[in-house]
Formats: sequence, C-alpha cells, structure tokens
Amino acid sequence: MTIFRKELRTGAVGFLVWAAVIGGLMAVCVGLYPSMSGSMEDMSALFAGMGDFSAAFGLDKLQFGSIMGFYGTECGNILGLGGGFYAALTAMGLLAGEEGGHTAEFLLTHPVSRLRVAAEKLLALAALIVGLNLVCFACGAGGILAIGEDADWNSLLRYHGALLLMQAEMGALCFGLSAALRRGGLGLAMGLAALLYFAGLLVNLDQGLDWLRFVTPYYYADAARIFAREAMAGPVLAGCALGALGAGFGLWWYGRKDIAP
Amino acid sequence: MIRLDHLTKTYGRARGVADLTLRVPEGSCFGFIGPNGAGKSTTIRTLLGLLSPTGGSAKVLGLDCARERRKILAQVGYMPSEAMFYPDMRAGEVIRLSANLRGQDCGREAAALCEALELDKRKRVRELSLGNRKKVSIVCAMQHRPKLYILDEPTSGLDPLVQRAFWAELEARRREGATVFLSSHVLYEVHRYCDRAAIIREGRLVVEGTTAELDIENKFFDYYEGRAGQ
Repeated sequence: MTIFRKELRTGAVGFLVWAAVIGGLMAVCVGLYPSMSGSMEDMSALFAGMGDFSAAFGLDKLQFGSIMGFYGTECGNILGLGGGFYAALTAMGLLAGEEGGHTAEFLLTHPVSRLRVAAEKLLALAALIVGLNLVCFACGAGGILAIGEDADWNSLLRYHGALLLMQAEMGALCFGLSAALRRGGLGLAMGLAALLYFAGLLVNLDQGLDWLRFVTPYYYADAARIFAREAMAGPVLAGCALGALGAGFGLWWYGRKDIAP
Repeated sequence: MIRLDHLTKTYGRARGVADLTLRVPEGSCFGFIGPNGAGKSTTIRTLLGLLSPTGGSAKVLGLDCARERRKILAQVGYMPSEAMFYPDMRAGEVIRLSANLRGQDCGREAAALCEALELDKRKRVRELSLGNRKKVSIVCAMQHRPKLYILDEPTSGLDPLVQRAFWAELEARRREGATVFLSSHVLYEVHRYCDRAAIIREGRLVVEGTTAELDIENKFFDYYEGRAGQ
C-alpha cells in the first residue's frame, strides 16, 4: 500500500483545506438557523412564490422553515457543490497529474504493475472522499445537536449517504478521464462537475429532460426527493454503473497507454 | 542482456525508432549516442515498458519488455535524463519511496550513496537544483544493486566531483558483474567508460561496435555524416 499512503500524504493539505471550508460553512449555516427561524415562515412563502427558481432547487418541496428543509437547502448545496468539485479535482489529478508533473517516469519504472498503481490511487481517492464526508457529517450533525434541534436522523443519514455516493461517482468518472489525459484536466474536472450540477437543476424544471436523472448524480442526491422518500433505484443504479464504467476504464486504459516523457 | 530485434516505434505519423536491431552483452558498458530527437530516449522508454513497440521486439534479461515489465524492472536501475520527483517530498522520502516500491530495505546502501554524493536528504525536491535532483536519481537507481543500469544522460547537470564519484561507483558495480546501458552526448565519457557503443540517427542505427574499434571520440562526425563505415 505504498502508493495509497503516498497519495494520502500528497492529498493531506488539500483535504484539510476543503474539509475545513465545507465543514466550517455547514457548521456556520446550521448555527445561523435559530436566529433565522423566526422569519422562516416569510421566507418559505417567498420561496414558494418564486416559480421555476424554487423548483430548480427543490424549494417547492422542502419545508424551508424546518431544520431538515433548511439543512437540505443550505448544507446540501454546500456539500453537494463543494464535495462534487473536491472529488472531481482530486480524481483528475491522480493519473494525469503524474504525467503532467513528469513523475510518471519515476513511479512507473519501479516493479509495480500499472494496475496496482491505478488501483491504489483509486482507493486513496475513495478514502479522501469518505474522510471529507465524515468530517462534513460531523459538522452538520454536530451543529444540529449543538443548537438543540431534533432532526429526522434516518433521512439525514440517507441524504449524506446519497451525497457520498454522488461524490464517489463524480470521482470515478474523473478518474477515468484522468487516465486518458496526458496532463492537466483541472478545467475539465470543474466543467464536468458544474455541468452535472446544472443538469441536476434542469431536470427539476423541464419534464422533457427527464432522462437527465440517469445522467446526473445530483438527481439522486437531492434533499427534497430523499426527504420525501421518492423511489430512486433507477437513477442510483445508473449512477453506480456510470461510476463503475469510469473507474473500470481508468484502470484498463492506464495499463495499456504509452506514458508521455 | 538487452536484445532489440527490428524495434520500431512511431507516434502517429512521427518516427521514434525504425527497424532497430541491437545486442548489449551481459557485463558490458554500452554507450548509446545520437543527437537530440534521434530516438535514444524512445529506445530506453521502450526497454522500461513505458512505451509499447509498434513493431519488432525488445527484450531485457530474456524477458519481453511489453509483457514482463515488472520482472524486468525489479532488476533494473533507471536514471532519467530529467530527474523529476514530487516537489513537496524531501530527498530522503523520495529515496525511501523508491525502496518501498521495490519492497526492499535499502537504508544502508542509500546512506552510503548519499554520503559519497554529498546529498542533503532533508531538503525538499522543489528546493533542489538539477544536479542535486540527479543525485537523488542516482541513489534511487543504485540503492537496490540491480543487475542492469539504464542511464539516460546520467552526468548532465552534475559537477565534476560528483561525476567522478558517480563513475567510480558505476565502475565498482560493473566489476561485480552489472551491465550498463547509457545514452550520452559526452563522447569522452563513452570513449573512456564504455566498451561498446552504437550511434543512432533519425531512429536508425548508424554503426555499432567496440569503442576501441569505433574510436568514437575522434570519428563520431565521420560516422554520423556517413564518411566512415564500420
């Protein structure tokens, strides 16, 4: 597990920064809830009257005045966007970063199979994503407990599980792309994460774009649907399949590609 | 030790090496010479399994370079022309990482090499000059005492004192039976340290033989420009 440990060390600073920023923002948001709860009724009414904007963010289904609705809207967007970008950027740097930084020549001239190199990197990515989500869950759930609110913990756990799965899928897709690139790719990672996020908003607005629910992981990681216990087996399975395809392609392609000088 | 048969490597339409046939005997020090872009690094990278051949075959220690990469690399020490490592790591960490990737404890050997080369292991890679990165590269290539050394322009960027220490160590390894395959632009080095050499131009072999019979230092340009044959 030499490469796994090396990747964790290399990614430690980035992990700490992202975890502090996302987790910190979530904790601050939850901390603001008691001071805002007095005006929540007005805000709920305001959001209800905002038509497509409310629908895009699921505000037409969430009770913004309740802690769960507030958490799903505010903290969900912070972790959904932040975690998605973190997973995409970290994954993209794993393989393409070695070639871009000219370190692939060092790494791959040791008696280690390329499959093992790629697999240990993928495992490190999974560990970093799980770690980020644990920190963020601790910040969010800890915040709820600290302000003395009673959450629907079952729904909250399912929601965080969906967010974790969404980031894992995003990471696996970018890992696959990373294997095919020679260098960089960070712009592509950010673009892909943003595109899938907006696809998640679009699918809430236009019935004609319903097929997007099988493409964007933001569909099944949507607080409004999870809290309403909508059936999402199809999109979740599609997401798992897409993620497995991305990771599988990365492992396969990295084993056969020519390594750039 | 190394056997290339009609090795060809192309990058799309661009040529890497073409129909290259070469033998490197066990225990020899073989110099591989040619101008920039001649195909030296392509040949070396194919031997290391970083590139797969378009045609022909490349074997090291009787093993196919494309299919038995791991077994080959376990017995090879490689020094790239541009020694690039992870910028935030310390020199000592890179050396330890290299040993760990080989599954070996090379601590004593690494310490001796660092002392001989006067390498400060505590410095981070990003703080190291090219010469000092080369020293890290030498330690990584030598600490596991491989059977075969593949060295791509090993002395570029090294000061004369370190060059002397490097050649002394390499000569000692050769006396113990190791084989050396090196590319270089320094004709004097090839003439002095190699017993065999080959010149490559535009991906094709120009001439190959013992350094004594080739007289590389004096006749390189004659061979290169086609005024002298083997």
